[in-house]
Amino acid sequence: MKAKVLLSLVLLCGSLAAPVARAGDAAPGAATAPAACELPSYLLTSESQLPKVAEAVKAGKPLEILVVGSRSTTIPSSEGSSYPARMEAILKEKLPPSEAVHVSVEIQSKRTAEEAASTFVKLMEAKTPTLVVWQTGTVDAIRSIDPDEFRSAVTEGVVALQKAGADVVLMNLQYSPRTETMISAQPFLDNMRVVAQEHDIPLFDRFTIMRQWNDQGQFDLFSPSRGPELAKQVHDCLGRALAQFVIDAAHLEPAQQQN
Amino acid sequence: MTIADHVTGSTIAGTAKPADAKPVDSKSVDSTPGDSKPAGAKPRATVPAITLPAIGERELRLDLFRGLALWLIFIDHLPPSLLTWFTIRNYGFSDATEIFIFISGYTAAFVYGRAMLESGVVIATARILRRVWQIYVAHVFLFTIFLAEISYVATRFENPLYTEEMGIMDFLKQPDVTIVQALLLRFRPVNMDVLPLYIVLMLALPLILWSMKWRPDVTLGLSVALYAVTWEYDLYLSAYPNGFWAFNPFAWQLLFVFGAWCALGGARRMSRILASPVTMWIAIAYLAAAFYVTLTWYVPQLSQFMPKRVEKWMYPIDKTDLDVLRFTHFLALAALTVRFLPRDWPGLKSRWLRPLILCGQHSLEIFCLGVFLAFAGHFILAEVSGGAAMHALISLSGVLIMWGVAWVISWYKRVADKSGAKTKNAVGNADLAGGG
Repeated sequence: MKAKVLLSLVLLCGSLAAPVARAGDAAPGAATAPAACELPSYLLTSESQLPKVAEAVKAGKPLEILVVGSRSTTIPSSEGSSYPARMEAILKEKLPPSEAVHVSVEIQSKRTAEEAASTFVKLMEAKTPTLVVWQTGTVDAIRSIDPDEFRSAVTEGVVALQKAGADVVLMNLQYSPRTETMISAQPFLDNMRVVAQEHDIPLFDRFTIMRQWNDQGQFDLFSPSRGPELAKQVHDCLGRALAQFVIDAAHLEPAQQQN
Repeated sequence: MTIADHVTGSTIAGTAKPADAKPVDSKSVDSTPGDSKPAGAKPRATVPAITLPAIGERELRLDLFRGLALWLIFIDHLPPSLLTWFTIRNYGFSDATEIFIFISGYTAAFVYGRAMLESGVVIATARILRRVWQIYVAHVFLFTIFLAEISYVATRFENPLYTEEMGIMDFLKQPDVTIVQALLLRFRPVNMDVLPLYIVLMLALPLILWSMKWRPDVTLGLSVALYAVTWEYDLYLSAYPNGFWAFNPFAWQLLFVFGAWCALGGARRMSRILASPVTMWIAIAYLAAAFYVTLTWYVPQLSQFMPKRVEKWMYPIDKTDLDVLRFTHFLALAALTVRFLPRDWPGLKSRWLRPLILCGQHSLEIFCLGVFLAFAGHFILAEVSGGAAMHALISLSGVLIMWGVAWVISWYKRVADKSGAKTKNAVGNADLAGGG
């Protein structure tokens, strides 16, 4: 009888594992091609919109994008491959050639959402972007900041950015399986979702996207490799996904000349 | 078989009839002669305000669901996989933690409440404190393992994609402070929040029981009041290096005390309410609504059907302070469970449920083992292979190991420690009160 229990458990387990394992088998080798970046469409769309981006593109004004982030916005010693740079390249490719796209990056290393938000008024005076992509949450999660305080800090930041006349996209934490037992990401992910919902702004779900890639076998995010290759590929895909996300949320027509 | 029996799990046939369920009315002292005392209990001069189910068969449903909670907690602590979809947190607001704390309150009150009635407050308190010490030692043991793991990762792992996340290792730079803070229960790494909560709740147990002995309903009322005050004035315990306890004991005590209240006769008195079809339909409707809300988290397209107003009122559903939505979700689940799963359901004796029940019977050990296995599972996934097949294998072997160890512990109790076993009964049975 016990053997039967065991057997059925093993079978159950096997049938659960099988579909995912198959998906994983197909992926290796495709890592350099954009096929590795594949994502279900719901992760690349948003109910919320980016009216100012839409307006700027419609009016033929240059599209000025500011990425406010922390250290996970960059790859040490290869800036050109980080996701903001990749997003810029992809947007230029996809939007009409007449459209000037410029992405600048503001790194606020080791700053919590609250500390970052306190700089926004000055920051927005210095630069006047059409769109701000605010990537935050990691530092707060590492320091286990009170999630309520985190939420009000993000709210404040978003309000400040909107007041300064920009559209806002929130970007949440990286999926980092290696530190999953040490960093509790969930409350911060939840609170960012709440703020995004409350202010009707798009949330780029970097966490779920990266987890999807890891689960599907496109990237092995457990890899202890010290080389920058994996980081470059992941950032390339993130840049593509973010560009697609912005285009979708702003309802921009991709340029047709690509065909 | 009445619903009352379903609910309370009183026990040996013919004992502890609902007659003694008019607790507050002390005039009824002598008017319940027909109330046969549980076997082995000393006759008491007065009928106390609380009633205890008789010592006898274990309430297997409690073991079953605590075992289930332990498995679910283990799976929830692993990185998400297909198995994660079987855990209840994906289908509503509450999760395994609620089940665990409620059952812990129930069983702790059951065991130590009896001790308090029979041996007095001092003895019962002494026993409770011994249990607290065991849980504390278990917590420190787990912390040691955690330190070893995190130190290993810190020295081996330098993926440039995650330079920022590695900032979590900063605390290793001052182990003196960190370790002392951990011993003070202020520094708790991820997934190590439940035991400190349990320690604090158990420390409060003598007071809770003493107060329950006097007036169970007033005690429950005080508990609700503390819960309300916590929400109103934002009471919390601070943590190190900053933030606060991930499970706020001032809020979570409500579930624990409610469990204790149910064990000490409350459940029996609620049997009318629980038996009513109105309750059943309210519970079903609530669970369905909660399920729908949960669905909108996974299928964002659905969220357009959610009124913004409701969203604004509802979110965030706070786990730290045991959001009222979570609490009521647990109540609804519990109400349906006692209704549809009678305590004499033959399935409880089936060998298919045996692994779960065994695990539930040794909950402190198995809980710690589960936390350890989750660490180990993460470690294997990281160091050996991260594939889905490996993931499923780890989940499965984790559950099997929990079962195996629970079986070994029972074997020790049954066979190896046999000489001492005769004198033991439910009174001193720490497992029943266990938890963690």
